[in-house]
Amino acid sequence: MNRDGPMRITVRLFLSVRVGRFHTKTFDYPAGSTVAQVAGDLSLPAGEVGLILVNDRQADFEHQLADGDTVALFPVVGGG
Amino acid sequence: MAEIGALRAFLAEKADGDLLAWLDQAEAMRRFHLSCAEAEAAILEAGFLPKRYQRNRRMISADQQRQLFRSSVAVVGCGGLGGYLLEELARIGVGHLVAIDPDVFEEHNLNRQLLSSPATIGQGKTLAAVQRVAEVNPAVSVRPVQAAFAPADAGRLLAGVHAVADALDSIQTRLDLATACDRLNIPLVHGTIAGWFGYVTTVFPGEDTLRRLYSGWSGGKGIEADLGNPSFTPAVVASLEVAEIVKVLLGTGTLLRKRVLCVNLLDMEMESIPMDPPNASI
Repeated sequence: MNRDGPMRITVRLFLSVRVGRFHTKTFDYPAGSTVAQVAGDLSLPAGEVGLILVNDRQADFEHQLADGDTVALFPVVGGG
Repeated sequence: MAEIGALRAFLAEKADGDLLAWLDQAEAMRRFHLSCAEAEAAILEAGFLPKRYQRNRRMISADQQRQLFRSSVAVVGCGGLGGYLLEELARIGVGHLVAIDPDVFEEHNLNRQLLSSPATIGQGKTLAAVQRVAEVNPAVSVRPVQAAFAPADAGRLLAGVHAVADALDSIQTRLDLATACDRLNIPLVHGTIAGWFGYVTTVFPGEDTLRRLYSGWSGGKGIEADLGNPSFTPAVVASLEVAEIVKVLLGTGTLLRKRVLCVNLLDMEMESIPMDPPNASI
């Protein structure tokens, strides 16, 4: 694994987060990138994200990604 | 009591196999001075099945039907989700419902709230709940609570309840409800909607799935503020909640514990998302 080279990050978007974006896409990110950078690149306001999963485990915006990670982003839904 | 013997003899005489017709239940109520709920209990206890539930019986046994009738479910919120929850829980024969909502109907409810109609604008939602359940399944008792759910009242509101349905529209109140259910040792079935989308999950005492689902929330409304709510999304999500509630009450099937069902009606996808413990920080 190349620790300093770009990381391959797969991004999965759910529900409304997909709209105007994509379902699943893989990107190159610089080593040390965080989930916040992924969200920023998607123009995703922090307040809209309810749940972040990295490799199916709960994470936060500050989570540092590793090569081959999958980031899943879910919106906040509160209606009834 | 001689009355019970006479009642059972009456039921046995009227039963068609083990099915008891509505007209005979009504006759039993008159003859033996029973409420509908009392007659229903007597029928189920005697091993008969109200004919109303015939189409349940391939998947819900007579014993299970009795168990549902003895169960109590609180529906917190009588709006979009709540209307369908109440309708379906009543029709399947859950014997006791607590309907909690502080609001009256407004015109903009009409596109989706099952209990609403032009005639009910301005009426309290819990009153409509009582009336609708009385109409579709008079054997079911509804305790209306025309007030907002508040944590301080939880012990009193949810006393004796076997499962709670989250049909709220406020995220803070949902989290408060989850905390209360955890403290009171009651399983909570959560459903939430916005536009084409929704989530469903079931939280048992000791589990923190709801807090995880909202871990990124920082206040205010979710995407429902932008997307609104059409007629079908609350129906789908509420129905999923009802299926979960029935399984909780009967101890059957596979529940959405520690996982969230992500409902996407725009793409027609439903995906179960496992809610594992968080990553260890590095």
